[in-house]
Amino acid sequence: MAEMRYREALNAALREELRRDERVLLMGEDIGVFGGAFKVTDGLLEEFGERRVRDTPISENTIVGIGVGAAMVGLRPVVELMTINFSLLAFDQIVNHAAHIHYMFGGQVSVPLVVRMPQGAGHQLGPTHSHCLEALFLHVPGLLVAVPSTAADAHGLLKTAIRDENPVIFIEHESLYGVRGEVPDGDEHLVDFGRARIAREGSDVTIVGISRMAVTAERAAETLASDHGVNAEVIDPRTLRPLDLESIITSVQKTNRCVTVEEGWPHSGVGANLAALITEQAFDDLDAPVLRVTGADIPMPYSKPLEDISYPHEQQIVQAALTTLNLNGAPRAPARR
Amino acid sequence: MPNLPEPEIAREWLQTMILIRRFEERAGEMYARAKVGGFLHLSIGEEATIVGSARALRETDYLISTYRSHGHAIVRGTPPENVMAELFGKVDGCSGGRGGSMHMFDLSRRFMGGYGIVGGNLPIAAGIGLASDYRGSDEVTLCTFGDGASNQGTFGETLNLAALWRLPVVFMVTNNQFGMGTSLRRHSAVTDLQRKGESLGVPGLRCDGMDVLDTHRVLADAVQRVREERRPVLVEAVTYRFRGHSMADPEQYRSKEEVAHWRERDPIPAFGNQLVAAGIIDEGERERIDAQAIERVDAAVAFADASPYPAPETLYDDVYVLDAQVRGRYSTTTTPPPAPSRPSEIDGSDEISHQITTALQAGENASVGEDAS
Repeated sequence: MAEMRYREALNAALREELRRDERVLLMGEDIGVFGGAFKVTDGLLEEFGERRVRDTPISENTIVGIGVGAAMVGLRPVVELMTINFSLLAFDQIVNHAAHIHYMFGGQVSVPLVVRMPQGAGHQLGPTHSHCLEALFLHVPGLLVAVPSTAADAHGLLKTAIRDENPVIFIEHESLYGVRGEVPDGDEHLVDFGRARIAREGSDVTIVGISRMAVTAERAAETLASDHGVNAEVIDPRTLRPLDLESIITSVQKTNRCVTVEEGWPHSGVGANLAALITEQAFDDLDAPVLRVTGADIPMPYSKPLEDISYPHEQQIVQAALTTLNLNGAPRAPARR
Repeated sequence: MPNLPEPEIAREWLQTMILIRRFEERAGEMYARAKVGGFLHLSIGEEATIVGSARALRETDYLISTYRSHGHAIVRGTPPENVMAELFGKVDGCSGGRGGSMHMFDLSRRFMGGYGIVGGNLPIAAGIGLASDYRGSDEVTLCTFGDGASNQGTFGETLNLAALWRLPVVFMVTNNQFGMGTSLRRHSAVTDLQRKGESLGVPGLRCDGMDVLDTHRVLADAVQRVREERRPVLVEAVTYRFRGHSMADPEQYRSKEEVAHWRERDPIPAFGNQLVAAGIIDEGERERIDAQAIERVDAAVAFADASPYPAPETLYDDVYVLDAQVRGRYSTTTTPPPAPSRPSEIDGSDEISHQITTALQAGENASVGEDAS
């Protein structure tokens, strides 16, 4: 075990995979000489050279498309988009090409491409630079979607993503890059996709936290325990496709209550999807409606006090959990006649 | 007298152009008879651009095309039977019935696909070129697209990046005078398309796309330059499509006189006349070549007719590469879904959509279709 920051864990994963497999190469805006907008690729150009660590022009759709083409003929490109906001410029290559080529050409080729990008609000970057868009990618069959929230998962999931034969959307979080955590040693530290992490065991309510919200949910669970005597179970799915629904359902069967937490918008969000799946598969186990805690249904405002109330914090998660337990003093819904 | 290639080669070019022509004429008929669904974009009139360019490649080079790609598959050697079966949506189609007219593909012949999104194939071509370069191979990628695609963002982005990274790609803009129904002078401020790469560091060439000899001459030059100098070239092939953009095109944007004018330059009779004049073939052989093409297309239709539709239980095949990370067809739930029934065994379409909706939730233990009986 070594303690490292989330960004250092990502850097280590890239370095290890570049050393292990000659087919791996990195492409992205300012990932080389500049060292990466968030310094994730720091030092890799020096070690691996310009052939394998490539600074690109600002051409998101084409950068991803070059990754698609190179992957189709046997390379393992890792494309960095500076932030998830710019992935919207690359949606044609991500959806029409990366996600569908394996299927639409009858399985003749695969696209072992990783597209990495950070998301997240909280730095007063306003409407165009604060997106959380995991739900958009979750929507698309053919893509795998990873949302690591710890340094260890950032390391192990990225290595797995690079080795997998499918296109992977690898969503990091800007606010987690500096967070430290224990990371298992070794080139073979791989974290499987589709295996949720039980971040905290509990028996009263299940809280499913996505991306950074897994961290926020853990803090909320501590508050629930200390201030309210509520023992919450916190689940970090780690990947949204494939999704470890089994672990979530098993937890809900134990707690009979569920709160989902994400930073993205509420409509058609990850939580909406989870609520539907849980309702379909564990309706009889539920003692309360599945509640969603989400980002506000607005473009992200710049002004600090407004931004602060536009994405979820610990207190909203606590309130939602208490609501599922009828403990927050809010009036109960009137009985239906 | 133009510089003709060796007689065997010249004969093969003519045969292939005629085969593509007869294939597409029949595909159009099959569309009218509802054997072919969706869109059908024919390249009738553009055969010289296909054969002249593809024959400038080695077998180890890559060809990547657009949604008008039946001829590109055939010129690379994909049997017309498999191309027709793809149009019919059958299991023996070259993309297994998943892609249709716009998405032909044949990895074994390095035909890297037809793509339905205008301009979508340019970055992919650059990626293939990057892989060739990365491995130190001297392979070249030929990327064809239409005049309409020269206005897409990917055109500028990809040409810039290919020039910057010195990628071995020949970009060939097949200028058939229309982006769907919008004429070149109405969609592009610069109509001299070979010059559109200049500001991006990509030199341009032009060929007469109605003349297979000129197309081949210019493309051979371009391919050689790209192979040796390891930098991209843009070639404009000036041509014309005799048929509508797709089968659903009333062609109100152009006059019958204009079409007739271009038809006088039909590349197939023109090249055939040259071969007859040079004594490479006689009129009898020209007729035999045509009859053989028609016979082959008949066989392709019979093959496509006989080929079965993909089985319902294959619906979820090849969405993912299944391995350690994706263990089931669809890893979103844990409950095995009900098996989809074969359409013929279901009464109403509501039932079908219900079954599909349910099957979408197949888990890692999914056994979609295993119980279909």
